[in-house]
Amino acid sequence: MNQVKVTMDTVMIKAGGWAVAIMLSVAGAACAVDSGFAAQMWILAAAALIGLCVTLARTDYDAVFGIVERAKPTGYYDDVIRWGVVATVFWGIVGMLVGVYIALQLAFPQLNLGLEYTTFGRLRPLHTSAVIFAFCGNALIASSFWVVQRTCRARLAFVPLANFVFWGYQLFIVLAATGYMLGITEGKEYAEPEWYADIWLTIVWVSYLAVYLGTIVKRSEPHIYVANWFYLSFIITIAMLHLVNNLSIPVSLFGSKSYSAFAGVQDALTQWWYGHNAVGFFLTAGFLGMMYYFVPKQAERPVYSYRLSIVHFWSLIFLYIWAGPHHLHYTALPDWAQTLGAVFSVMLWMPSWGGMINGLMTLNGAWDKVRTDPIIRMMVLALAFYGMSTFEGPMMSIKTVNSLSHYTDWTIGHVHSGALGWNGMITFATIYFLVPRLWSRTRMYSLRMINWHFWTATLGIVLYVSSMWVAGIMQGLMWREYGQDGYLVYAFIDVVTAMKPYYLIRAAGGLLYLSGSVIMAWNVYQTIRGRLRDEAPLGSTSYNPALDHPLQPRAA
Amino acid sequence: MAKKFFDHGKIERNVTLLLVLALVTVAIGGIVEIAPLFWIDSTVEKVQGMRPYTPLEQAGRNIYIREGCYNCHSQMIRPFRDEVERYGHYSLAAESMYDHPFQWGSKRTGPDLARVGDRYSDEWHVQHLTDPRSVVPGSIMPPYAFLKDRKLDGRQLDDHLRALRHVGVPYTDADIASAVDDAVAQADPDADAAGLKARYPKAQARDFDGDPKRVTEMDALVAYLQMLGTLVDTKSAEPMEKPR
Repeated sequence: MNQVKVTMDTVMIKAGGWAVAIMLSVAGAACAVDSGFAAQMWILAAAALIGLCVTLARTDYDAVFGIVERAKPTGYYDDVIRWGVVATVFWGIVGMLVGVYIALQLAFPQLNLGLEYTTFGRLRPLHTSAVIFAFCGNALIASSFWVVQRTCRARLAFVPLANFVFWGYQLFIVLAATGYMLGITEGKEYAEPEWYADIWLTIVWVSYLAVYLGTIVKRSEPHIYVANWFYLSFIITIAMLHLVNNLSIPVSLFGSKSYSAFAGVQDALTQWWYGHNAVGFFLTAGFLGMMYYFVPKQAERPVYSYRLSIVHFWSLIFLYIWAGPHHLHYTALPDWAQTLGAVFSVMLWMPSWGGMINGLMTLNGAWDKVRTDPIIRMMVLALAFYGMSTFEGPMMSIKTVNSLSHYTDWTIGHVHSGALGWNGMITFATIYFLVPRLWSRTRMYSLRMINWHFWTATLGIVLYVSSMWVAGIMQGLMWREYGQDGYLVYAFIDVVTAMKPYYLIRAAGGLLYLSGSVIMAWNVYQTIRGRLRDEAPLGSTSYNPALDHPLQPRAA
Repeated sequence: MAKKFFDHGKIERNVTLLLVLALVTVAIGGIVEIAPLFWIDSTVEKVQGMRPYTPLEQAGRNIYIREGCYNCHSQMIRPFRDEVERYGHYSLAAESMYDHPFQWGSKRTGPDLARVGDRYSDEWHVQHLTDPRSVVPGSIMPPYAFLKDRKLDGRQLDDHLRALRHVGVPYTDADIASAVDDAVAQADPDADAAGLKARYPKAQARDFDGDPKRVTEMDALVAYLQMLGTLVDTKSAEPMEKPR
């Protein structure tokens, strides 16, 4: 009973499954009505081929042929988390690199290279999807698998399904990313992947929910810890949003193009209901789950207030959903919906700060660690930026403010203060927490490099956000500037050229932030290799025993 | 100790309860805000002149989406003095009623395009798309010269119109049957465009890209840009804008 049973039949069924997948993909490529779809099918075929090779190469033939008997593993299942951490670091660098590149394209349009694949219009979705879905998504999946096992005191449920979730999700990312460059897009922000990638993601996501719920169901702890409430609400809400917003009719089953089920006003509100809650649940609820586990662990303090966590959990998930219409102020969306969206966005300020306060106050009694522990420092900065952007967001949702800020780079500054400050920093801290534990090291390769990462990233955010604030407000004011003669003062192109210095500062900020991530990648790589950098510890005062003696009396 | 009025501990111990309550909580907002838009008649006020896109315009629109133009250009003029003077009459809900998906956009790195139709000549558009800085010095738009060299693949346009009919665009059987021919007729100066113009009032039929011999992606995109915002006579919409 306590042995793993792998028979030759299972191996054959798996290999046969991969072979069928390869054949179906090749058939799909052959029948394709557009070249983009054919390319995507070839990618699928290649993925299935890799799957086949890995299955055959990694089968434990000794166990299959009964030469040895393997005991059933009973510990936490961490392989998938290890892959997830590596994928998070990898996609983070890819996404940020594309971000820096398209930021430079805005300052130097020659960088579009005259190729259709490298235009800003195709690369911008690549950047947003890579950082949101690939970087943050992998961080969420990996950290949630860690948290749910530890807080439930149970091994991950359905281990093969968990592996499928990870690799299936990577396939979704590759399909989406290559699709954008080939011009395959639904044309709805943050929901650009086409119908077949959407269906694939649905399958992966339902499996994710099954693994997560399954682990909670078989928990040894009577209570479900607060971090899991947030992760769970993130998983189910994203499923709901994804399914509704991506409803579409494909033109052909062998073509990439589909048409959204909704049009105009209805499509706009459905999209921003989705778009805003991608922020609300992917980038907020899920990350609060991360915060509720890793901040108390790293600070070695209990969560500040249990009651606050209940109040802000339910109010946050209830209120967030209503905030979508603030993306559509003064548009053709009915006024009642705009007002409702604005009111709920302002109310949302409170539960958001509830989360920030609960996180920050958890450090009560451990504030000295901010000085000595760069990981705690990252967490504090993340929470500070979370608080800042969740104040800025409600403010920008006020219609009068929005009339100035909408369509400008202020919005871009706002989302990056949240994304770089909150999501980025808390993810980095989580990675630094997880890597030594996952690979059984005493600590990260270098704490001083974490410190460097902290400061390069922080400086990068400051440059990024402040330049976009100034640029965005300038842009909005220039567009509406009237002269004494009663005419508009600036042509549109005047505003474009005035943006150049700010675009350059922003790119510099992005480059700094990217460099921080490269430092992290090196640090993680060395830690995995099992190295420890020989360095002076942070925060300890220096002591030299050779100098620690009374002075000899000097001759007069 | 008095019995607690409400014990959150019950929810924390029962994952089904937690799941159901969370799902109900997150579903409410969307239902209250989005669902009414489908049955409140005043959401999309009827205006004269709206018609579905011609096959060529729809093909151009698909190129607009494919190239991600919405990342930098909005198609939604807000009712402010400066926007109305810069771009034209503010956008009406009906003007995007056949837009699957909508392309209102969220960022103006470049100007709004909701009423760009008929503002510039075809030659300007072709020149601008080929090399933006040759006509607008200081522009940061990427060049789209390749559109001129690529023949429009219009073979499946009838399937496209059929898919659009499934999601509610009122294309007739005749529209679908002649979709492929209509696309050619709109961009080929030698073709007979009478049928097209009867099916799609106000359709502009001519060679758009300066290359009358073939129908390119440039033809389709310029045809789409040139019709943007031109269908509704905003003068006739004025009575609707008076306070009621």
